[in-house]
Amino acid sequence: MIISVASGKGGTGKTTVSTNLALSVKRNVQLLDCDVEEPNCHLFIRPTIETVETATTPVPVVDEEKCTLCGKCGEICQFKAIVVIGETVLPFHELCHSCGGCMEVCPEKAISEVSRELGVLEIGHRDGLSFVHARMRVGEAMSPPLIKKVRSLSQSGRLIIIDAPPGTSCPVIAAMKGADFVLLVTEPTPFGLHDLKLAVGAVRVLGIPCGLVINCSDLGDDRVKEYAKAEGLPVLMEIPFDRKIAEAYSCGKLVVEVMPEWGRKFEELYYRIEELVGLSGSNTT
Amino acid sequence: MKEIVVISGKGGTGKTSIVSAFATLATDKVLCDADVDAADLHLIMAPKIRERHDFTGGHTAIINKERCSQCGLCRELCRWDAISEDFVVDPIECEGCGVCYYFCPEETIDFPEKKCGEWFISDTRFGPMVHARLGIAEENSGKLVTLARQEAKKVAEARALNLILTDGPPGIGCPVIASIGGATALLIVAEPSVSGRHDMERVAQLAAHFKVPAMVCINKYDLNIEETKAIEDFANENNIKVLGRVPFDPIFTHSMVQGQTLFEYDSKSEAAQAVEFIWEKIAGAL
Repeated sequence: MIISVASGKGGTGKTTVSTNLALSVKRNVQLLDCDVEEPNCHLFIRPTIETVETATTPVPVVDEEKCTLCGKCGEICQFKAIVVIGETVLPFHELCHSCGGCMEVCPEKAISEVSRELGVLEIGHRDGLSFVHARMRVGEAMSPPLIKKVRSLSQSGRLIIIDAPPGTSCPVIAAMKGADFVLLVTEPTPFGLHDLKLAVGAVRVLGIPCGLVINCSDLGDDRVKEYAKAEGLPVLMEIPFDRKIAEAYSCGKLVVEVMPEWGRKFEELYYRIEELVGLSGSNTT
Repeated sequence: MKEIVVISGKGGTGKTSIVSAFATLATDKVLCDADVDAADLHLIMAPKIRERHDFTGGHTAIINKERCSQCGLCRELCRWDAISEDFVVDPIECEGCGVCYYFCPEETIDFPEKKCGEWFISDTRFGPMVHARLGIAEENSGKLVTLARQEAKKVAEARALNLILTDGPPGIGCPVIASIGGATALLIVAEPSVSGRHDMERVAQLAAHFKVPAMVCINKYDLNIEETKAIEDFANENNIKVLGRVPFDPIFTHSMVQGQTLFEYDSKSEAAQAVEFIWEKIAGAL
């Protein structure tokens, strides 16, 4: 089973939920931190890293001896990542989406591919918990290819927990697509509710069952609960604001480390998800 | 023309609350919401929309099945595995590269431009505002951010306003890169936690990478004094001006619930005073 933990709004507690859930469930769990722009799970999990790999994407280079400046490469490229200027062809590697169109279209076979670094993938574990994350290179614009690389390292037979990035656009979709369940972490504030609605919209585009965790549930107002009720979204957990939790979080400590009684609550959260996934009839692995 | 862009790296550190508070303090400015993915500034600014425009960005391939000979070339060339065995394009996976469209021997693939979102020019009680909304699950957020910033600049020029106050997105990827290029300065709103510091350091590296001057303020500083000091030390070592500290205060939430800025809700509060102190430093630097 794949559970993706997402939110719409940033800073609502995705990482808190995914890390505590990953360590509380008594299963073979693999935690994938797909917030590759700002990965944080490792700060709480403190995994032993075994493998470090550079993740890359192919980008074009032009053999000027063969190039006749016909301009077909610039014509096919939708991203303005290769252009003929005067007597030369300029590839702009940062803009390239790696579709391979220019290489395919070049009548002189003058284009080949080199690598652009997307970031670094790290694979490790903490006791029985398997852990993967990636750190996008500073200056790199595109996170979805790196998110897909993190997801390609999922191990079959494990419960996969994904910590998704904030937002509702392509990086989040890359972190939710193909999941069996999306756990949306929200806070009961106008910003939390507004972004939650967008996130629910994204989950529905993908047709995945979802449920809510309401964090800082005693701050703000009741509108998130009213919305959840009206939309038939199950509220699976509420975490009240507790300065002890906020301070533990700020030091990189897990909730279940400072307040072990939360271990059972996270375990129960998992069972409720399992039940909901069973009910929805989804059996994708 | 000056532009201050407020970013954070980590989400939920208080960017939008602080931009809203600045909106009360700054005069002669245009507000711009560059967090097009999960825009929230309008919830406080309550904009009256004056102009509404479609944002088209990118294309999606659609296979016309009647004329398709099922030769399979498109599936072979597509690097996103976006075309199913029965030759249907998954619009979510489709990158919009047009390779299938270009090479289809039957010329049976359409490649229409799609509407990806909307952008608006509005009036608020604090002056004009440009904001946008990216369609759910859409791409091209960077392009929409660039567009919103350009339009904010046009509004500022047309109305002879000399400041743009931009609420930026979280992260360090494409929409953030689009938000910071050409800005006069960035204000990084940091949160004193191990993750807040980690994320602030990365977004500070991004600012340095694109050579945009950055300043930092620490929100909820009293949740962890050690981390607050660590962030300030990092900033001092990296040529980032430290502007001040804002205490943790539930009035951030209370004012938001009321749809008010910190100053409208309680201008005497310690948090509002701290934000005012920070704004004065920014205004002085400008």
